[in-house]
Amino acid sequence: MADLVSHPDEVRVVSKRFGKGATNIDRYLELDGYKAVQKALGMQPDAIVNEVKNSGLRGRGGAGFNTGMKWSFVPKQSPKPKYVLCNGDESEPGTCKDRLIFEHDPHAMIEGVIIAGLAVGATTGYIYIRGEYRYLLEIMQKAIADAYSRGYLGKNIFGSDRHFDIYWHGGAGAYEVGEESALMESLEGKRGIPRIRPPFPAVVGLWGGPTVINNAETLASVPHIILGGADWYANLGPPKNGGTRLFCLSGHLEHPGVYELPMGYNLKRMIYEVGGGILNGRKLKAVVPGGSSTPILSPEEIDVAMDFDSLTKVGSMLGSGGVVVLDETTCMVKFALRIMKFYQHESCGWCIPCREGTDWLKKTLTRFHAGGGLKKDIDNIQYLSENMLGRTFCPLGDAAAMPTISIVKKFRKEFEEHLDGRPCPFEKQGKIEELPVMV
Amino acid sequence: MRLSEQFESRFAEMLTHYPTKRSVLVPTLLYLQDEIGYLSDEGIAEIAQRLELTDLEVRNVISYYSMLTTRPRGKFNVQICTNIACLLRGGEELLEHCEAKLGIGHKRTTADGLFSLEEVECIGACSWAPAAQVNYDFHENLTPAKMDSVLEKYKNAQ
Repeated sequence: MADLVSHPDEVRVVSKRFGKGATNIDRYLELDGYKAVQKALGMQPDAIVNEVKNSGLRGRGGAGFNTGMKWSFVPKQSPKPKYVLCNGDESEPGTCKDRLIFEHDPHAMIEGVIIAGLAVGATTGYIYIRGEYRYLLEIMQKAIADAYSRGYLGKNIFGSDRHFDIYWHGGAGAYEVGEESALMESLEGKRGIPRIRPPFPAVVGLWGGPTVINNAETLASVPHIILGGADWYANLGPPKNGGTRLFCLSGHLEHPGVYELPMGYNLKRMIYEVGGGILNGRKLKAVVPGGSSTPILSPEEIDVAMDFDSLTKVGSMLGSGGVVVLDETTCMVKFALRIMKFYQHESCGWCIPCREGTDWLKKTLTRFHAGGGLKKDIDNIQYLSENMLGRTFCPLGDAAAMPTISIVKKFRKEFEEHLDGRPCPFEKQGKIEELPVMV
Repeated sequence: MRLSEQFESRFAEMLTHYPTKRSVLVPTLLYLQDEIGYLSDEGIAEIAQRLELTDLEVRNVISYYSMLTTRPRGKFNVQICTNIACLLRGGEELLEHCEAKLGIGHKRTTADGLFSLEEVECIGACSWAPAAQVNYDFHENLTPAKMDSVLEKYKNAQ
């Protein structure tokens, strides 16, 4: 349903079957489908783990942890069943990539989950898809049913002595559930509040069993690694940042869209070449490099390689691949407010710093944007944000704090321009906003 | 409570997916809501009884998920995203346009029961912003004019 785009710089790995009718299982087979899982069936579990480890594949959900390494934490022997859980709760603002994988290549998801299962010794996998993506859940349901009917799932898959089951699972609207321990809670039929770690899911996960949880794009990359080899995949990107990534370009760009580019691709080129430059020839003001939770970059900082390590070096994060571009007409106070409004809405309320912090920050930013800000509020926004960092069970508190801190730091002048009851310099004149109650 | 065959077969199938009954709760609630419009007291009691939970345990879960509602909504729930990517491409203007057009605000329903309006968080259509969902259908790269024809289409399709 979503429009597909293309650019000559693209390197198509995960997206190579997009737009080619691969939801049809026969078509998928023609496009090298289910070859990787058959190859993996002939491999030792450790060999699969090592292949993925050496490929340099890192979690595409945002944390960027080495996938093979994550798998290696699953104990070999376990009295409880082990599970693979595919995280398709894509909800990070700026991110719309997993959607395309489910829409165009659902069987690759199945293959990725089975291979992860073979690697860690699990025989059951779950594919969790956010509730809003109902049409994708239906595509996935059909793909799973088709795979069962061919004997690719169930007992003795591909005529081997191995069994593997995959079940679909639908969410019902919750950003927080994209966090791995909240995801498990949700799958178990509860509120999506995070679990205290350790123990980590690899040891104690779903229903107490060891569980591998990977982002949808991560798992969809796995079959390509098994077929193409670790070296080939690793060499697509810079050291320790193997492969390609689906970058979701959005905001003030001439050609927004989801493009698959090698890891380490230059951000400036991504904006001006791939994305076609800033909308209507306007000037660039800022870039969100990896979804709403990542620290914002100023125009002077965008000559950077888009890989996990390079983004960390410039004080931001590669995150989930959501590149949101802001032009000169954007009010940064309003932008910070919209981000905070989101995190306040999505905070599960379990940890006090996040529950109270996001709420106070939203109130302060709302008042500030409406012209009721005081000079001390600017420092207060910074102070409140810093006090959420690292003080919550899950990264939602950090996700709310990090962009806010960076916006106040890099665009303090815009905050000052809102002081003393002055109207927002970026709002259309004559528009009166309702002043929120002072608290 | 009498529910459709489709609901019953899906419910029965889902129960075989997990080692615990409770695990079917979230998707089941959404399917129930699709069927009866909202999670009524009767609906909640039905699911609670089937899964051997208390009504309170079910309500506790419902209140967490933003798609689940215990109040009746319009036949077509118009959900406008105003999160960052949509904000930059006119999501707020789109919401204001819908408010004026439908004459209702956030989480309200038109008097004829046809439309509800909701400002929603990111729906995963950032590269095709601004975007909206009407029930489960995505509508992307919207303008106020395009939105008018989308609303018109639903109005005529009822």
